[in-house]
Amino acid sequence: MTAVADEADLQLAFDSTIAHNDRIEPRDWMPEDYRKTLVRQIAQHAHSEIIGMQPEGNWIGRAPSLRRKAILLAKVQDEAGHGLYLYSACETLGVSREELTLKLMSGAQKYSSIFNYPTLSYADVGTIGWLVDGAAICNQVPLCRTSYGPYGRAMIRVCKEESFHQRQGYELLMTMMRGTDAQREMVQESVDRFWWPALMMFGPPDGDSPNTERSMAWGIKRHTNDELRQRMVDMTVPQAEKLGVTLPDPDIRWNEERQSYDFGEVDWDEFWAVVKGNGPCNEQRLAHRRKAYDDGAWVREAAMAYAAREETAR
Amino acid sequence: MTESTGPRAEWPLYEVFVRGKRGLNHVHVGSLHAADDAMALRHARDVYTRRNEGVSIWVVRSSEITASSPDEKDPLFAPSGDKVYRHPTFYDIPDDVPHM
Repeated sequence: MTAVADEADLQLAFDSTIAHNDRIEPRDWMPEDYRKTLVRQIAQHAHSEIIGMQPEGNWIGRAPSLRRKAILLAKVQDEAGHGLYLYSACETLGVSREELTLKLMSGAQKYSSIFNYPTLSYADVGTIGWLVDGAAICNQVPLCRTSYGPYGRAMIRVCKEESFHQRQGYELLMTMMRGTDAQREMVQESVDRFWWPALMMFGPPDGDSPNTERSMAWGIKRHTNDELRQRMVDMTVPQAEKLGVTLPDPDIRWNEERQSYDFGEVDWDEFWAVVKGNGPCNEQRLAHRRKAYDDGAWVREAAMAYAAREETAR
Repeated sequence: MTESTGPRAEWPLYEVFVRGKRGLNHVHVGSLHAADDAMALRHARDVYTRRNEGVSIWVVRSSEITASSPDEKDPLFAPSGDKVYRHPTFYDIPDDVPHM
C-alpha cells in the first residue's frame, strides 16, 4: 500500500518539476520510460559523434594544405569530445560506457544514418560542415533546454563548438567556389549528394514518429521533426544562394503566406533502407569501430595492470 | 571481432572539476574514464579544456564522492529553510537610508 502511495507521490513531484520547466537531475526519481527514452536518445547521439569521425577522418591524410589539415584534425577531435560529453551524460542514467560501446558495435543501438554515406571528394568536408553540422545545430540548440540536466549541459558545450564546424565548412566551400570551374563542379556535386540525407537527419515525418508527442510532454524534445526540418530549409536556402550552388530540389520556393520555403518530399524509402542497415557504408563504419575497439584492448589492459601495480606499490 | 562479445572490466569513472579563471571556484563539468589519477588529469585536459576553458583541473574518482540524496531533501536542507533571517531581505530598512 505505502509503496504504491510513495510511487504516486514521486510521480507527482516529477510531473511538477517538468511542468515548472525545471530540470530533472541524476539522482531524482524518474519514470522508467523517461529513463529508457533518454538512454536511447543520448546513446544514439553519442554514437553519431563517434561514428561521425570516420567520414571526415578519411580526408585528414589527404588535406590540400597544412592549414586545412590542422582545421580538419581539430574538428574530428571535437567530434570525439562531443561523443565523450554525451557518453558521460548517458552514464548518469545508470548505464556503463562499456555497455553502450558494445551496443553500438552489435547494432543494438543506432547512430545517425547520415554517417552511412561516403565522402568522395574534399568538397564533402565543406559540405558536411555546412549542411550536416548545420542540421545538427538546428537539432541541438533546442536540446540545450531539454528537461534532463546532464544532457542539456552536454548540449551547451557541444553547441558552442559546433559553430566553428559549420563556419569552417562554409568557408571551405566559398574558397572552392572562387576557384576553377572544376572546383565549383565539385562543390555542386557534393551538395547534390548531401542535401537530401541532411534533411533526413531530423528523422521521419511527424506522422510516422510515434514517440515525439511523449518526448515533448516530458520536455526531452522541444520541437517536432518536421518543424526542425523546415527551420533547416529556411536557414539554408539563402546560404546556398550566397554560395552560388543549386539545392537539388526543384520544388523549393518562397511561400509568402507561411513566410517559409516550400520544399519537395524526402525519399523516405531510402531513409528507412539506410536506418535498417542497407546504406552505402553501414558495414564499413561498424567494422572500423570494432577494429579500433579490438586493437585498443591491449592498451586498456596494460594501463589497468600498470595502475594496479602502482596502487600496491604505494 | 572475437574480443567484442561481453562487457569487461573498464577503467574507473572520474568526475572532473574545472576552474574557469582565477577568482572562480572549480565547477563540475562532466566525467571520464581513466586507469589512474594522472591519466584522468591528462584526459580531462583533452576532453574538457580544448579552448582555454580552464586554468586548473581537479579529478576525483566518482566512487569517492558522497552525495546528499534528493530523497532526504527535507531533513538535510530544512534547517536553512526556516532561517529566513539569514537573508538580507528579511530586514525592513526605509528606502531613504543610503548605501544599504
